[in-house]
Amino acid sequence: MSNTAVETVRTFDTRTEAKIPLESPLAYAYRRSGAPAPTAGSRATLRERPFLGHLILRGGAIVLDEAVRELLGVSLPGEPQGLVHDAEGERSIQWISPDEWLVIVPGGEEFALENRLREALADAHFAISNVSGGQTLVELEGEAARELLMKSVIYDVNPSHFPVGKGVTTVFAKTTVILRRPSESRWELVVRRSFADYTYRWLLDAGEAYGISVER
Amino acid sequence: MSQPNRLGQGGRIERSRKLTFTFNGKRYQGHAGDTLASALLANGVDIVNRSFKYSRPRGIVAAGAEEPNAVVQLGSTESGQVPNVRATQQALFEGLEARSTNGWPNVQRDMMSLVGKLGGKFMPPGFYYKTFMAPASLWMTYEKYIRKSAGLGRSPMENDPDIYDHLHQHCEVLVIGAGPAGLAAALAAARSGARVILVDEQEEMGGSLLDARERLDGKPATQWVAQTLKALAGMDNVTLLPRTTANGYHDHNFVTLHERRTEHLGETAAPLNGRRQVRSRMHRVRAGRVVLATGTHERPLVYANNDVPGNMVAGAVSTYIRRYGVVPGRRLVLSTSNDHAYRAALDWLESGREVVAIADARSTPDGELVEQARAQGIRIITGSAVIEAKGDTRVSGARVAKVDLDGFRVVGGVETLECDTLASSGGYSPVIHLASHTGARPTWRDDLLAFLPTLVKGVSVAGGAQGVFATAEVLKDGETAGRQAAGEAGFEAPSVSLPKVARRRDGAACALYQVPHEKPTLRAPKQFVDLQNDVTAAGIELATREGFESIEHVKRYTAMGFGTDQGKLGNINGMAIAARCLDKSIPEVGTTVFRPNYTPVTIGAIVGRHCRELFDPERYTAMHQWHVEHGAEFEDVGQWKRPWYFPRKIDGKTETMHDAVARECRAVREGVGILDASTLGKIDIQGPDAREFLGRVYTNKWAKLAPGRVRYGLMCKDDGMVFDDGTTSCLGENHFLMTTTTGGAAGVLEWLELWHQTEWPELQVYFTSVTDHWATMTVTGPEARKLLAELTDIDLDREAFQFMDWREGTVADVPARVFRISFTGELAYEINVQANYAQHVWEALFAHGEKYDLTPYGTETMHVLRAEKGFIIAGQETDGSVTPEDLGMKWCVGYDKPFSWIGQRALTRQDTARTDRKQLVGLKPKDPKVVLEEGAQIVLDPKHAIPMPMVGHVTSSYYSPTLDSGFALAVVKGGQQKMGETVYLPMADGRTHEAEIVSTIFIDPKGERQNV
Amino acid sequence: MFYIHCPYCGELREEEEFHPKGQAHIARPADPTACTDEEWGDYLFFRDNPRGIHHELWVHAVGCRKFFNITRHTVSYEILETFKMGEQPSFTTEHPQGGSAESATRQAQDALQAGVHA
Repeated sequence: MSNTAVETVRTFDTRTEAKIPLESPLAYAYRRSGAPAPTAGSRATLRERPFLGHLILRGGAIVLDEAVRELLGVSLPGEPQGLVHDAEGERSIQWISPDEWLVIVPGGEEFALENRLREALADAHFAISNVSGGQTLVELEGEAARELLMKSVIYDVNPSHFPVGKGVTTVFAKTTVILRRPSESRWELVVRRSFADYTYRWLLDAGEAYGISVER
Repeated sequence: MSQPNRLGQGGRIERSRKLTFTFNGKRYQGHAGDTLASALLANGVDIVNRSFKYSRPRGIVAAGAEEPNAVVQLGSTESGQVPNVRATQQALFEGLEARSTNGWPNVQRDMMSLVGKLGGKFMPPGFYYKTFMAPASLWMTYEKYIRKSAGLGRSPMENDPDIYDHLHQHCEVLVIGAGPAGLAAALAAARSGARVILVDEQEEMGGSLLDARERLDGKPATQWVAQTLKALAGMDNVTLLPRTTANGYHDHNFVTLHERRTEHLGETAAPLNGRRQVRSRMHRVRAGRVVLATGTHERPLVYANNDVPGNMVAGAVSTYIRRYGVVPGRRLVLSTSNDHAYRAALDWLESGREVVAIADARSTPDGELVEQARAQGIRIITGSAVIEAKGDTRVSGARVAKVDLDGFRVVGGVETLECDTLASSGGYSPVIHLASHTGARPTWRDDLLAFLPTLVKGVSVAGGAQGVFATAEVLKDGETAGRQAAGEAGFEAPSVSLPKVARRRDGAACALYQVPHEKPTLRAPKQFVDLQNDVTAAGIELATREGFESIEHVKRYTAMGFGTDQGKLGNINGMAIAARCLDKSIPEVGTTVFRPNYTPVTIGAIVGRHCRELFDPERYTAMHQWHVEHGAEFEDVGQWKRPWYFPRKIDGKTETMHDAVARECRAVREGVGILDASTLGKIDIQGPDAREFLGRVYTNKWAKLAPGRVRYGLMCKDDGMVFDDGTTSCLGENHFLMTTTTGGAAGVLEWLELWHQTEWPELQVYFTSVTDHWATMTVTGPEARKLLAELTDIDLDREAFQFMDWREGTVADVPARVFRISFTGELAYEINVQANYAQHVWEALFAHGEKYDLTPYGTETMHVLRAEKGFIIAGQETDGSVTPEDLGMKWCVGYDKPFSWIGQRALTRQDTARTDRKQLVGLKPKDPKVVLEEGAQIVLDPKHAIPMPMVGHVTSSYYSPTLDSGFALAVVKGGQQKMGETVYLPMADGRTHEAEIVSTIFIDPKGERQNV
Repeated sequence: MFYIHCPYCGELREEEEFHPKGQAHIARPADPTACTDEEWGDYLFFRDNPRGIHHELWVHAVGCRKFFNITRHTVSYEILETFKMGEQPSFTTEHPQGGSAESATRQAQDALQAGVHA
């Protein structure tokens, strides 16, 4: 880490190894609205993947590409709507804007990754913001998952238009969501913490017709 | 329960499935496959409604969406009430209950019809404007009765038990209408692999083919329909939506479809597998290409008494016979201007009933159908038309005469023919409503006697909708349109083989709209143009005589094409009549603009799922559960639910808001309180030019703010008016954390991006929202330090951690940034932790806070405390017309900053520099018990005659438990120079409050308490 | 409901994702202090309201959060082109058929007109 970087930007690990009870953004929603168990006729399943490390990476693609490849083991998706996962499928990086990417890693890795990226990028013009407490990842699976999304988002989710490896920021009901398709059968929603309860209640309501279940 | 008009065979109904229904309380029987209209006709029900203005008896006229009369109210229960249903579009189901929407005491004997009999002289066009406009104050009274008599149904008074939703659809080709053109278009487009959506508003797809006389490939047309639908249903790329109306065609091929999913099955949607079903659905479709295959509406002829039950459009007669096995009378007279309408007479005759005569306005009709009619021995009276219907509650005869079309007069004698049904046809109008929604004006084609749609980009039209009428050509036209649409969307479509249809030889039609009468139009019996709105030919003529020349003015003056009807049957006839009266051609008169929706859409489908608890997002902080469990009352701040106050239960009684707020205020001033401040916007700002950027967007200076320090800042628009404020902390030399108001968070971030992206892209800086990442807890009051010290490793020494400093460490073992800033005027620490830990930290504070009586407080107490200190709230003290100087905040303005920051230049504009602008002051009511009303106007002389000159208004007003008095903040013209003066606040109840202008700071003017 | 080609996302997106921000190409005077009150007032408050071609500033608010420009016909509501900040419009009142400037987004616009999803 160059001296300049240390003095100019103040990094801060907001996570602790201490045994502190954590509450995911959906904690209140589970208690309030419950989590319907799977039934024989369930055609859609919802599953939260809480407490992951979420980093917003800002900078030019050319500036960031090498450091990302070196530290994440994947090349930076330079094309709009690109979403790339590492070999284990545990770490991902998604194009958000020509100078913005969302990095999601297993919880606890984010601060070390931020520091190593800062070291690698040194004096280049970039920014990294930790937003791990501010959003959560919700997975949707099942044969009716796509139709459930059609009830919820304005974006075209047809496979011909939304192939695996794509991700977009779009309108979800009356809020916003980052919608991603990491695999043939799975969709991911990156949901802002304060909207998580609304989003959850919407999905349960819209998913009722498909017997939506929640895996916890 | 016999069905006198039901034929022994034929039709597409299921004869084995009998359904019982009631209409106006009387029980009837019909069949599965019937519409309510076909079932009523089968049962010989003549009168289905009373008319809008004249209360004349009305019967079923048409068989589709264009039906103007049979608009009924459905529902057997209060919550199941549905107004505005066309009986022609409502499938029959077991137990259906329908009522006429008009008619008192009932449709058979109607009191209002007396007015109708007296008729025209009492209710000329413009009647409402002329009669009810004065005095204006009585309009509300009139309106109640007019609405009651208008008969457009009523809304249920109970909650709708059903659910509705939206589906966002995307496709390459949307085909609207599943008649021959639409089916061929969809088939052709679908074969290309493109995503195709085919919609049709009827119960069954097939359109005109369902009652066609033509044979396709030598077989009944319905066989080709079934075979084509089967092929389409088997393709993954095709979505078929029957019972779905394309109601609105919006910009850039955005089309709203209203799908009625269960309305054909029952009054409410029955659960399926125990799960609620959606009653109706709005499909919001973005289509690459749209093919309009909307077909035509047949125009009735306009002759005297053409509204008596038993008058129908000719095509509807064929539809009822061939599709529903219902022949709606015994003796038919047909009046026509064209060959195609002869179908009605042929179908009638083949049903075994009598065709009295066909009056054909053409002198030498000679088409194939005419010859068939002649061969069947039907009497054809050429050069003639029905000029008047006889009868009162049902047609009893037709007066037929020779007519001179060019001279618009009756020539020769009148023959009266006995009949009970009078079918008429004046030709076929392409259904151009959807194309008109785009704003494109239709164009008149003299050869087709029709307006054709003008097209915007991305839409094509096929079949009857563009004046192609012969079935073989319609199929070909549809196929071509479908293939082209797919091709333009990037999909190559192979040509599709189409069925062979014998080419029918049709004679030319003649132009006939209003039929002349022996008497001049103004004195002839009423000749109806728009049956739903009771607009007559005489009414249009009168309107033109009164000087209304523009067709849009004629429409508004007469109400032609108003309401749910939208001019489907009457508009072209009305325009033709206006043209005749104005001595212009139809294209010169032009057409009115059709607007969405094509037919009424239930509010539920528009709302979808966005209702009740999903009406609007509710944003919660990480401590929301705790607030709920501790009895908080909530206040809406933007979409956030913020605790407003925390009433305690004392001896089983809940504290009043006043008592709770007073208690919370005292706790902060005397002990320690805690506020959930997580909702404040937080923006992480990084980059070598971050500091420079702050200097440009804030009014004050940022050049020297050191890491570890916090500063308050004001933001203006470039007009010099304050729009947001908040504190920004220097985290590192190139790293800042900005806070914004709760409601302004998204707007401020967009504002920063706007300036960075459009004006100063050279500045190296990035902005990222971290609002949701952090949970913020404000611990404030004289005991705040003692409490926090128990939980943190941060040195809280007053010198080590000063007012307007921030430090990092742990609080309750959780990494935290703590900001020593104060919005209460007391010692205060804002603790920020990652939101996932918030509940733990909050509870730990309470565990330790018990001995200090740590008191949670809400936004109301926050407002009182900050107002006592004269701290503004952007959006409360400011309203887009208040400068930093108006607020008395010159201390927060960097007049000598090198860069002309946003808002600076405007401060010296003539108007902003005035000294008599409204300025922020404090107000102390002379009577301490008075809490002034926020928004109350301020005057200097309460004895001044009304209107009094108003010099300002109250922006914030509360009771202060510390002062034991009401107090307020207000803006007053030149107020900063009026300290100590008395102002007056006259109230609506006649009282006038007195108040003294004082400093905005009511407590601790030197600011010592926050510095302890 | 417009369908807007975001030049940064490279595809057509629903209007709900965007915010309109008024007339495009209103540059802030480089030296505000040198402006007369009238000049400053013109910059702040005066905007064109043409019947025909109009250049507008929009932001892809629910999306990439980038600002960009749209050339829109105010009668037909047709969007003739969209282009990034710093680029020049191809369609102007003087060149209603386009070609006023070589525009990189022209190609994207052609795709829009063909209804092809990028």
